[in-house]
Amino acid sequence: MMLPEIGLAALIIAFLISVLQCVLPIIGAFKLNQRLIETARPLATVQFLLVALSFIILLHAFVINDFSLEYVALHSNTHLPLFYRIGAVWGAHEGSLLLWILILNVWTVAVCLFSRSVDKLMIARVIGVLGFISAGFLLFIIVTSNPFLRTFPNIPMDGADLNPILQDPGLMFHPPMLYMGYVGFSVAFAFAVAALLSGRLDAAWIRWTRPWTNVAWAFLTLGIVLGSAWAYRQLGWGGWWFWDPVENASLMPWLVGTALIHSLAVSEKRDVLKSWTVLLAIFAFSMSLMGTFLVRSGVLTSVHAFAVDPQRGLAILIYLFVVIGGSLTLYAWRASTVRAVNMFEVYSRETFLLANNVLLIVAAATVLIGTLYPLLLDALHLDKISVGPPYFNLVFSVLMTPLLFLLGLAPLSRWKTTDIKIFLQNTWVVFIVCIVLSLLIPFVFPSSLSFGLVLGLFLSFWIILVTLQDLTVKSKVFRRLSSLSLSYYGMVIAHIGMAVTTLGIVLSSHYSVERDVRLLPDQTATLSGYTFQFLGVHAMVGSNYKGVAGDFLVFQNGDDTPFAAMESEKRVYIVQNFESTKADINSTITRDLYVSLGDQYDDGSWSLRLYVKPFIRWIWAGGFMMLFGGLLAMFDHRYRVKK
Amino acid sequence: MMNIKRKKRLLLVLFIVLGVGLLAALLIYALGQNVNLFYTPTQIVQGEAPINHLFRVGGLVEKGSTHKNVKGLGIQFTLTDTKNTIVVEYKGILPDLFREGQGIVAQGQLNTHGVFIADQVLAKHDENYMPPEVKRMLNDVT
Repeated sequence: MMLPEIGLAALIIAFLISVLQCVLPIIGAFKLNQRLIETARPLATVQFLLVALSFIILLHAFVINDFSLEYVALHSNTHLPLFYRIGAVWGAHEGSLLLWILILNVWTVAVCLFSRSVDKLMIARVIGVLGFISAGFLLFIIVTSNPFLRTFPNIPMDGADLNPILQDPGLMFHPPMLYMGYVGFSVAFAFAVAALLSGRLDAAWIRWTRPWTNVAWAFLTLGIVLGSAWAYRQLGWGGWWFWDPVENASLMPWLVGTALIHSLAVSEKRDVLKSWTVLLAIFAFSMSLMGTFLVRSGVLTSVHAFAVDPQRGLAILIYLFVVIGGSLTLYAWRASTVRAVNMFEVYSRETFLLANNVLLIVAAATVLIGTLYPLLLDALHLDKISVGPPYFNLVFSVLMTPLLFLLGLAPLSRWKTTDIKIFLQNTWVVFIVCIVLSLLIPFVFPSSLSFGLVLGLFLSFWIILVTLQDLTVKSKVFRRLSSLSLSYYGMVIAHIGMAVTTLGIVLSSHYSVERDVRLLPDQTATLSGYTFQFLGVHAMVGSNYKGVAGDFLVFQNGDDTPFAAMESEKRVYIVQNFESTKADINSTITRDLYVSLGDQYDDGSWSLRLYVKPFIRWIWAGGFMMLFGGLLAMFDHRYRVKK
Repeated sequence: MMNIKRKKRLLLVLFIVLGVGLLAALLIYALGQNVNLFYTPTQIVQGEAPINHLFRVGGLVEKGSTHKNVKGLGIQFTLTDTKNTIVVEYKGILPDLFREGQGIVAQGQLNTHGVFIADQVLAKHDENYMPPEVKRMLNDVT
């Protein structure tokens, strides 16, 4: 079979094409040469087809268990179910980079397809910039991370199996969605750089950029939500966010991307803050690249980064330097030509959005500092330290409090200038209602009365009620609902989603009961009104693992009949002799019950984790609302593709 | 008119300076409170590590050193950097990847008897079952 060689050849040709795709259209746009400008779309399409071919060949190698490929032999096994063999394609370094490039090409082709109405010169530059990004990654993958390396002459009989932690349905969706978001910011980046190249930072490029940014942001939101939910099920013993550097790597572009979405709104509507918006577009993608660097270079140890190869890290670092440094230099050179035409008053929507931007960027910066500080100290051989969750929790809650409060108020404001009395007149009733509600809840449902709980509840209610009140007023008490734009509804849903996530975080962190217990079979443990009866364990066998499963019955408030049976597994994956616990979760909209099997003791008892986590699903439900809102706003008629 | 504009600008500058100052103070405070240092068993045996203060220790779990208490969830094991050892006590469920003979990192406090009371045991590592801190530490020792 020659297929893997064809796959590598396709990548090499794709690299050559990407260089052409970078050079020809940009020269064409510079010299106004129509023929060169016209090369952009066909070159991008051919590159996409070649990368897709190479990806399909790798996929095929996994499906047919072609262990003559080192990558397949290291990360798959004949007993691995087909589902996970497909996911294993992007389960490690080489394949995940190939997925990265494939997704970049998908975005590029999408730009080709959905931008017929956009100025030809502009699109030529945009596709050129995307070609540049692609060229760098293709060169990287060909030189340092070839997934088509052969194992000749000693072809292994069977593969070393996929890392058991990754053998979860999350593998199928989390990485592709996250990459769709990461890489999607390359489009906003390419538009920004193209605008800088042309020297024309007008409202047009902002209007083109907005829907693309929304889609990328929605995908990134989905990717983060899926990743968090996966960690909750598999890694975290019930935690949903660990401030792990790899998680931070996805949060930073999200924060900057959220700022970008809002500054694009100001720049489009009011023609101000344009150079700031360009800078944000550069930052958002830089954060994505930095995330890729952190995860893929091996400077961090986590489930995401197994093989460590300093050479790769250096190569990505150089590439990062070229892209970020180059675009910032271009920015410094060109941005001075941008002049704000309009002014705005202190009390105006512009100010609110500026505050949103400042807070989000500062939040991203604090995450960056907390993530890089230990790496920096270590690189300088000063100290080995770790920055723990308390740092991030403290800094984040301080920064999010004003952000969430202003988020509630901002939709009431008007462009240019707003009479400050409007806020007071319209919100004092809601303000009092929110205070009463947030003081009442800890009283009715006793918990350790904490300032954080009351504050979190207040901010969530504040956002929800002020937003709904604004909707009521603007729709003339729901009589003119159809007169409001889709982007307005998108904003309403996304903002309420933020409040729902906040509620989930605050309620689950203050009302969760977590207990580690040691039980003999048929003993029970009670927490938060739920009684867990441990029935014992039974042996079990899977296709590539064996192990035991612990059985549980759950009773509510002293009922005689159980309302749920639960089963937590302790698997040993045979090939790698790797132990992995599968927790079982019984969830409703108001609470999750979580059981997880620990270790067996000599007297036949087992250590067990039993958790009751109220409202934890709301954290992710809010994320889904945010991404839905982002997509809805994209379909606003203002962004319809005009024929 | 000019005056109002200047006043606004002055306010803005003051606002920014104040904001940056507060933020810097917050960052320094938060980092100062929540940075955990890493020590090796040798450093602890030589008395370099603080007592009753949160830090991290890394090493290999000595073969045959794991003892589960007869009652409750308490567990004890010995960590070594191949030169010196310290006893670690932990209450709870150890992570899946905890194995004797392999590297782990524990976070907790050293008590006056020289026993490390861990509140977290981390076994996050690469395919060679080695946290990077422990790997480098072993390289330094040998």
